Amino acid sequence: MSKVSMTVNGKAVTADADARTLLVQYLREGLRLTGTHVGCDTSQCGACVVHIDGKAVKACTMFAWEAEGKNVLTIEGLANNGTLHPMQEAFRDNHGLQCGFCTPGMIMTAVDMVNRKGNNLDDKTIREELEGNICRCTGYHNIVKSIAAGAKAMA
Amino acid sequence: MSATGIGAAVRRKEDFRFITGKGQYTDDVSRPGQTYIHFIRSPHAHAKIRSIESSAATGMPGVVAVLTGKDLASDKIGNLICGWAITSKDGSPMKMSAHPAIASEKANHVGDAVAVVIAETLGQAKDAAEKVKVDYEVLPAVADPAKAQAPGAPLIHDVAPNNTIYQWHLGEQKATDAAFRSANHVTKLDIINNRLVPNAIEPRAAIGDYDAGTDCLTLWNTSQNPHVARLVIAAFVGMAPEHKLRVIAPDVGGGFGSKIFIYPEEVVCLWASRKVQRPVKWVSDRSEAFVTDAHGRDHVTHAEMAFDAEGKITALRAKTIANLGAYMSTFSSSVPTYLYATLLSGQYGIPNIYCEVDAVYTNTVPVDAYRGAGRPEATYVVERLVEAGAREMAIDPADLRKRNFIKSFPHQTPVIMAYDAGDYQASLKKAQDIADVKGFGKRKRDSARNGKLRGLGYSTYIEACGIAPSQAVGSLGAGVGLWESAEVRVNPTGSVEVLTGSHSHGQGHETTFAQLVSQRLGIPIENISIVHGDTDKVQFGMGTYGSRSGAVGMTAIVKALDKVEAKAKKVAAFMMEAAEGDIEFKDGKFTVAGTDKSAAWGDVALNAYIAHKFTGAELEPGLKEGAFYDPTNFTFPAGCHICEVEIDPETGNTDVVAWTAVDDFGIVINPMIVEGQVHGGIAQGVGQALYEGTVYDKDGQLMTGSYMDYAMPRADYLPSFKVDTTETKCPSNPLGIKGCGEAGAIAAPAAVMNAITDALGTENIAMPATPATVWAVLQKTQPRQAAE
Repeated sequence: MSKVSMTVNGKAVTADADARTLLVQYLREGLRLTGTHVGCDTSQCGACVVHIDGKAVKACTMFAWEAEGKNVLTIEGLANNGTLHPMQEAFRDNHGLQCGFCTPGMIMTAVDMVNRKGNNLDDKTIREELEGNICRCTGYHNIVKSIAAGAKAMA
Repeated sequence: MSATGIGAAVRRKEDFRFITGKGQYTDDVSRPGQTYIHFIRSPHAHAKIRSIESSAATGMPGVVAVLTGKDLASDKIGNLICGWAITSKDGSPMKMSAHPAIASEKANHVGDAVAVVIAETLGQAKDAAEKVKVDYEVLPAVADPAKAQAPGAPLIHDVAPNNTIYQWHLGEQKATDAAFRSANHVTKLDIINNRLVPNAIEPRAAIGDYDAGTDCLTLWNTSQNPHVARLVIAAFVGMAPEHKLRVIAPDVGGGFGSKIFIYPEEVVCLWASRKVQRPVKWVSDRSEAFVTDAHGRDHVTHAEMAFDAEGKITALRAKTIANLGAYMSTFSSSVPTYLYATLLSGQYGIPNIYCEVDAVYTNTVPVDAYRGAGRPEATYVVERLVEAGAREMAIDPADLRKRNFIKSFPHQTPVIMAYDAGDYQASLKKAQDIADVKGFGKRKRDSARNGKLRGLGYSTYIEACGIAPSQAVGSLGAGVGLWESAEVRVNPTGSVEVLTGSHSHGQGHETTFAQLVSQRLGIPIENISIVHGDTDKVQFGMGTYGSRSGAVGMTAIVKALDKVEAKAKKVAAFMMEAAEGDIEFKDGKFTVAGTDKSAAWGDVALNAYIAHKFTGAELEPGLKEGAFYDPTNFTFPAGCHICEVEIDPETGNTDVVAWTAVDDFGIVINPMIVEGQVHGGIAQGVGQALYEGTVYDKDGQLMTGSYMDYAMPRADYLPSFKVDTTETKCPSNPLGIKGCGEAGAIAAPAAVMNAITDALGTENIAMPATPATVWAVLQKTQPRQAAE
């Protein structure tokens, strides 16, 4: 067990981690940031998506020590001083979630999508870009609507 | 309609915590001093356990205990049970095998638990598990339900010769056979309803926590019905008396049926916690979920439909083999019987129906209810037969349906159900208009010009929801009543808590139930909390499944609100010095008829508690009422889904290019939420039709055990959906609600396959219609010409 340090949601943090501790375990168990979820063990479902140095990454796919010194943003850090991020608002306004379990990963993926693809996203682009995120509840219909609306609101 | 009342598309109250990462799912709960448990599972489908050597593991770092099925048995922990007794046609009871939470003699499926390791960390538990040596004697296995009853098939449980659990039937065989003999046309299909893995994105989890000071156990679990879990674990497993066992199902990340059941891991975490005197936490990983979560469907059916010269359906008969897996899960026996054969009349007036069902054991994961549970299987049989029959008789499939629709209500089918209300023509007509069925010929020709095959398929489904009248299900073998409870607690300041026995795991009860209360009491939706999922808070409840939470759960709230209003009127009468009979209540205000006297809701609530205006002899202080509501009938949501597909004959790939759903759910509380339920159901149904196929090899190894192998529907596999409704009120509950949670999953598979078979020109293709399957069919079949 050794100490691993990084910046999470703007705060410098240090917590214990084994060599085999995954980043998602470090966040959930080490820092008690339980908004980042684990839905599979093959990097398929995307419930664990966080941003590392501004890019979407599946936190189950890297070790905690690989994030040493990096800047990590989780769902808990997305709202700004109590004001929801436009993408969070868009998911709520458009019923883009049901059970809520895939939602943090969906929102973090959506924000990254806008960062890369811009504010005018057509349905086809959104659906293709969601290849790495699985939702079992919504049939994606309202997630696609949410992301299109959130992208516009982020402009 | 008020902005937050019944019928309003209110934004969900629960969403804030989910979009900010503040949901509290079972895996987010940590107990002081908790240990972690790892289950050692059989890698063999069928194997005797000769011995388990655990001494090397016991000494590994961090290990707290290694426990086996023998330890469980010596502590007299009872078996898991199936709670619905089915009687075979020869009068014999179903053959329920023992189902220990940890196998001690024989493992019966890949994933059957044989031992557990408990350690300070999960990593340490997994490391130590590597050192546990289980000596297996591998036995021959059977995974295919069609082969389970064959002479010489491996016997899984001594109690069930030929691996047969029951041979059940429903309907009149002689009359049905006679109708077939005099039929003008008979359509026959061999149908496989493919086995599915539910795959709620939150994996199952359990935490057992024993309090030695009070001798109480607490279980946190991912449950759709925590009270039923407590009842079974107390009364049948014998873990602890009910009053010493608390079950908490906090936020639950999807269920789809798979989280109804009582699972071995829940029993083991409770037992182990008392044994090691520390909290014990288990979280399934996805690979583990594939081999332990109850699977769905898995029927093999031969079905026939008889028609007269006018295309009227005169009879239907079906013979089904249903795979229930290695053990009988909690409600498994009811799914291929009373939730299946009772719906074989579809939306049609069919005078004669006969259905035989053999349920079998195989060396596979137990099979139980999955979204729709029996009703998708029934719809698939009926709707594929109708569509194929129409093509064989050269009648337009919509026209054939119209000729056979039930048009007057109530309608008694030959298979138990008494349909109470509906307008099947209306939903078909509306769906045809929205889907522009008239323009399909042109679209098909356009596709043909691009080298694509286009097809259109209908599914006019019906389901029995609002599960269920207790006396009726009791007469059919259910071990429980299926009513629901509610308690309305009015605080002195007028805010309200509603305790419900329903459980929300995505359905939005915190919003829809609050809409009902807001409308009824005239108070803001923000002043209402919905409490569920904790046996220490809610006295009892039957949980959420079978599209029952609106029709049954909300009706229980209505009954409790009736009592609250009656009591509040008494308080108001004392306050305003008027006769109780003169008090009227509307929009949150009590008035005295014929006067200008009034009292606000909050004032009446306060006066109920301060009790200054009446004596205890006249009226009890306080404002809190409870109710149990037992429905008088099932509800019968029905509708029409139309699917349009385009197939690339070069690759066999099927694109769902358009989807129209017109459903009659009765009165809708929140149209936004209802549409979302329909979307999700369609996606699961399309998943079954096109992508999801659970594959076991002949030795019982699960070949599709991860998201790398089992194709889940993803965003780019699906179109956006056109969703609309028609409305006939449900007459059996005061809100007129029918239920909407399962409709999409029930309707969709038949719509997709009717579209694909339309495009391909053959009925001979099984789900899932993957590109490889479609391509293989195309190599053997000449597709119909576009001009037809």
